[in-house]
Amino acid sequence: MKKDSFVSIADCSKESIVRIIQKTEFFEQNPNQKLLEGMICASLFFEPSTRTRLSFETAVNRLRGRVIGFSDAATTSSSKGETLKDTIKMVSNYADVIIMRHYLEGAARYASEITDIPIINAGDGANQHPSQTMLDMYSIFKTQRKLEDLTITMAGDLKYGRTVHSLLTGMSHFNPTFHLVAPEELKLPDIYKQFLDKQAIRYFEHTDFSPEVINESDILYMTRVQRERFTDLMEYEKVKNVYVLNNKMLDASKDNLRILHPLPRVNEIAYDVDDNPKAYYFEQAKNGVFARQAIICEVLGIN
Amino acid sequence: MSVVKEKELQVAALKNGTAIDHIPSEQLFKVVSLLEVEKITTPVTIGYNLDSKKMGKKGILKIADKFFEEDEINRISLIAPCVKLNIIRNYQVVEKKLVSLPDELLGLVKCNNPKCITNNEPMKTRFKVIDKETVTLQCHYCEMKTKKEDIVLL
Ligand SMILES: [Zn+2]
Repeated sequence: MKKDSFVSIADCSKESIVRIIQKTEFFEQNPNQKLLEGMICASLFFEPSTRTRLSFETAVNRLRGRVIGFSDAATTSSSKGETLKDTIKMVSNYADVIIMRHYLEGAARYASEITDIPIINAGDGANQHPSQTMLDMYSIFKTQRKLEDLTITMAGDLKYGRTVHSLLTGMSHFNPTFHLVAPEELKLPDIYKQFLDKQAIRYFEHTDFSPEVINESDILYMTRVQRERFTDLMEYEKVKNVYVLNNKMLDASKDNLRILHPLPRVNEIAYDVDDNPKAYYFEQAKNGVFARQAIICEVLGIN
Repeated sequence: MSVVKEKELQVAALKNGTAIDHIPSEQLFKVVSLLEVEKITTPVTIGYNLDSKKMGKKGILKIADKFFEEDEINRISLIAPCVKLNIIRNYQVVEKKLVSLPDELLGLVKCNNPKCITNNEPMKTRFKVIDKETVTLQCHYCEMKTKKEDIVLL
């Protein structure tokens, strides 16, 4: 891409990922910076997502930028039939950068092709959510002090979980070993396995969520197993409690193990895990603001 | 020997233009529509269900005074990858071409994902051909992959 839009983690080189991680660390230590003074950031949420929007808008505010935009497309002209193209063209006249979330897949890519100002993808349907991936990777970096050579276990819904697919892609630059724990119906799709094969990345598939796997791991990335993903509800009933992490399962785990979860959780992490020092999912969410400060500066070429 | 001669004659019975041979019969009319033959104003001969040793039945298209651009003709590679083109000038075959699948397909294939931006905005679709052997496409926008048997032309 000629512009510095941030649309998909697959577009990011290893160097740019490392640079964003370094910037994230800087913002965690120095969150209030006047780097966006005099700039206007458009925050266009064609689909509501309070969690992501507040995180991005906090990031802009910490950098002293101004925010314009909307939090729900029902209140905008796109509900009157205006095309995405026209909305993006109009907003491009006002803003220095566009942060957008859209219910249609590919919306951010398309937007990045019709405007000269950078686009930050804050989620496009079930496709990409790259700022989540950056905060996940920063959380891994922060808890392990490195990204290289880690053993990462992903458990739950590996078929539909876009955070899982993006994290696999992002971590693929850093020689990881993956353990993929999922029920038969929610296994990692073949296209991602082919990707891992092509990159010569080690991965092991399991249907059992066993202590042996947990005990080898540096990172345990938990995801929701959602009922609506199952065609056969009997199958759901069978597996819904198999991929639940409880405190006892962590007894023999490595000291450096940390548990991540993109949140919100349902029941896949028992509450008795919350007090374990290896539980990192609440701090993980806090890293989101710093990661988004870093992404905004990256696309604007601010060092 | 005489068979070869007869064949050459058949193809060359065009003064100037393009003869497209070895079109699978069942794809002939799709090829006709992809090449927008209905918009051509010069004489066009359409041969349908002709005998072919290799293919059983085949189709042929002969279009007078028409020379296609690469990307025009490569459009048909999706549905008829083994087609042969004969470029004819002054009754002679001056060039033979095979079609080949391009790296990218613009505005030709529909994305099968109803939630894809291309199905919801007035815009051209764009696919990367990620595997020419198996004809696997990937939408440039929603990133969904489409296998050969699921390809729907626009
Ligand atoms: Zn698509």
